[in-house]
Amino acid sequence: MDSHLSRRGFLSQSLTGISAVWVSTHWPAMLSAATHAREAAKSASPAIFEFFTPEQASEIDAVSSRIIPTTDTPGAHEAGVVFFIDRALITFAKDNQKVYSEGLLELQARAHELFPAVKKFSAATLEQQDQILESLDAQSKADARNPFRPSAGAATFFETLRVHTISGFLIDPDANKRGNRDGAGWKAIGRENEHMFMPPFGYYDKDYPGWQPNPPASDKPKT
Amino acid sequence: MTLDQPKYKTTDEVDFVVIGSGAAGGIVAKELSENGFRVVVLEQGPYLTEKDFIHDEIEVLNRDFLTNHPDLQPNTFRKTPDEKAKPQRAIAYGRLVGGTSTHFTANFWRFHEIDFKERSKVGPVPGAALADWPITYADLEPYYTKVEWEIGVSGQAGASPFDPPRSKPYPMPPLPVKSGGVIFERAARKLGWNPFPAPMAILSQPRPGRSACINCGFCLAFACEVGAKSSSLATAIRMAEKTGRCEIRPNSYVHRIELDANGRATGAVYFDAQRNVQRQKAKAVVVCANGAETPRLLLLSANKQFPDGLANSSGKVGKHLMFNSGALSVGVFEHPLNDYKGFAVSRILHDFYELDPDKVGFHGGGGLDARFDQTPINFALGGLPPGSPRWGKGFKDVLSHNFTRTVEILCHGTSLPVANNSFSLDPDVKDAWGLPALRMTYKDHPDDVKLSNWLNVRAAELLQAAGAKKQWSFPAGEQEFSVHLLGTCRMGDDPKTSVINSDHQTHDVKNLFLCDGSSLVTSGRGQPTMTIEALAFRASDRITALAKRGDLST
Repeated sequence: MDSHLSRRGFLSQSLTGISAVWVSTHWPAMLSAATHAREAAKSASPAIFEFFTPEQASEIDAVSSRIIPTTDTPGAHEAGVVFFIDRALITFAKDNQKVYSEGLLELQARAHELFPAVKKFSAATLEQQDQILESLDAQSKADARNPFRPSAGAATFFETLRVHTISGFLIDPDANKRGNRDGAGWKAIGRENEHMFMPPFGYYDKDYPGWQPNPPASDKPKT
Repeated sequence: MTLDQPKYKTTDEVDFVVIGSGAAGGIVAKELSENGFRVVVLEQGPYLTEKDFIHDEIEVLNRDFLTNHPDLQPNTFRKTPDEKAKPQRAIAYGRLVGGTSTHFTANFWRFHEIDFKERSKVGPVPGAALADWPITYADLEPYYTKVEWEIGVSGQAGASPFDPPRSKPYPMPPLPVKSGGVIFERAARKLGWNPFPAPMAILSQPRPGRSACINCGFCLAFACEVGAKSSSLATAIRMAEKTGRCEIRPNSYVHRIELDANGRATGAVYFDAQRNVQRQKAKAVVVCANGAETPRLLLLSANKQFPDGLANSSGKVGKHLMFNSGALSVGVFEHPLNDYKGFAVSRILHDFYELDPDKVGFHGGGGLDARFDQTPINFALGGLPPGSPRWGKGFKDVLSHNFTRTVEILCHGTSLPVANNSFSLDPDVKDAWGLPALRMTYKDHPDDVKLSNWLNVRAAELLQAAGAKKQWSFPAGEQEFSVHLLGTCRMGDDPKTSVINSDHQTHDVKNLFLCDGSSLVTSGRGQPTMTIEALAFRASDRITALAKRGDLST
């Protein structure tokens, strides 16, 4: 809630007169929509999947955790990427269902092919997992197709999953897509989980003295 | 918002039907309704407002929440007229009330004097159909000022030694500087150039009904949820609605303009939301549908009198398409810039606006800006240095380090008008309404590519002078996609070589006017919307004068 309060505080500072009326009529709706989205995201039972079986979900979670691993900062697992993908596959990425169901089989086959003792991807060691994904990635076309709008020659499973993992990691947490849980992905890349900022923004504009005209041409260095 | 609007019947002969509600259409609707006329605005997209605007990159960037959807309105593309065009997305524009002005970057450069008289100043350019405008910078100056004051532009008058004369300062100070802007400014000064605060159509101070920019960071491609971006939606459309004489009719896809026996336009034919055909009667028609859809509508409206397209006796409808050339260099710095906060651009320079063709070996000019216009997913998928790991710890490390430390130097430049570059109707591909799809034919003039690469060398020099820890440049190639859609119904005095006169009246149909990017005779140096809006204010004055004289009813 703190962030909401500070947004409100900043707005009331930056607005005067009739615009404050605009805000008082519109902003509460925006805040409550955002709050609702956050509460909904939190209250969604993490155990419920709408597309994946629990077994499939743990495989996807394992793969996405190698695409964006947990380090000293959150990774795909902490950001709940598997829930984002699960929701995506019954909504805006419905057309990718087949890529996933076939891809999961391919993943298991490749795991077994490279490491005969390994029954499923999630049971492999992290090093083995990376080798399996490298072998799948080698097949991916370098050209980035748009997995949200698949057309003829859809992207490979690995490329689709890579783009979906990154998307689920970095999507606006308030977007109601079950991604970037608690802003974990934004935290990892250094983006504050806010939608309102005040200058100074960064290191170089901190002590900026204000714009001054150039010195007269005679004082200028020669080009 | 939509309160107090009149609801005209389609059988009511209103004074004007305005087709399109974007940068030009919004202003034309405002001006004509404020001048006492009854106006219906037909907009093909929905009427969304601030509460609908979201920061969801998937909906906005991938699923065309605000833009023309390629599945519904496909494009085809080819480089030259002897090729068969292939289905390929060629354009993106805002398809909602407010049009592209709802989601643009909001760089609001005025054109300079040279842009209006380049042909007579530099002479013919081989391979280009370069022409002078029938109006000058001085004719447009009062209207640039009007845009700045009435629509809302932040900036600092006199900060650039290359700026053309102006009659008034900006109505509000520039937006705050970003770290990328400071880096740009210091490095440019070191090189002897003249960086200055970018003029932006984004509020640095609140205005009635609108917040100042809250620096949310979802700016380019996103619509503003606090009305700080000076879109037609946040400005002109609301002023038009206030008159009580203007109806904004969304979800109305115009596909034909019909003439009566006397060769006068009688109104507009459109599909409503249920795809039923409707006919709005009007005394005069103003098409502001953008540089792609305006010529397409004229071509779709071919009839016995105009078999090659309405108002196309010149054969120039759809021709001379210009984009603006561009190139990009990127730098990564030691400390966090956090340029993800705020609008895209805070500093620019115009030292290279008028290059000497004898010295550089090509025609044109341009400007540079420092920007960070990437949102998180977009950045992770396309903003890392070439050759970076695409997944795993290495990927995460580069992404986490660079997201807050990256700035882009974008080069903007001339697009020369080339006769073959055009929009036309595709003979095979249809849109979801069964209408012929837009076919783009486009191949950059070789000078445009040379210019872009020349400017990109300056951008790389700037990053080096700034002490970038890492930098890379993308070489400019021939473009196949654009959001700047210019020149396709050009203005001119000669009905044989142009489509509209300097009053924006078509040479062929007296009560048919066109005003948007299609009116431009030259492309300027990269930022056309300011000029489109100034033209819209001026066109409205001219149209009002003609209407009051009774010239439109005969």
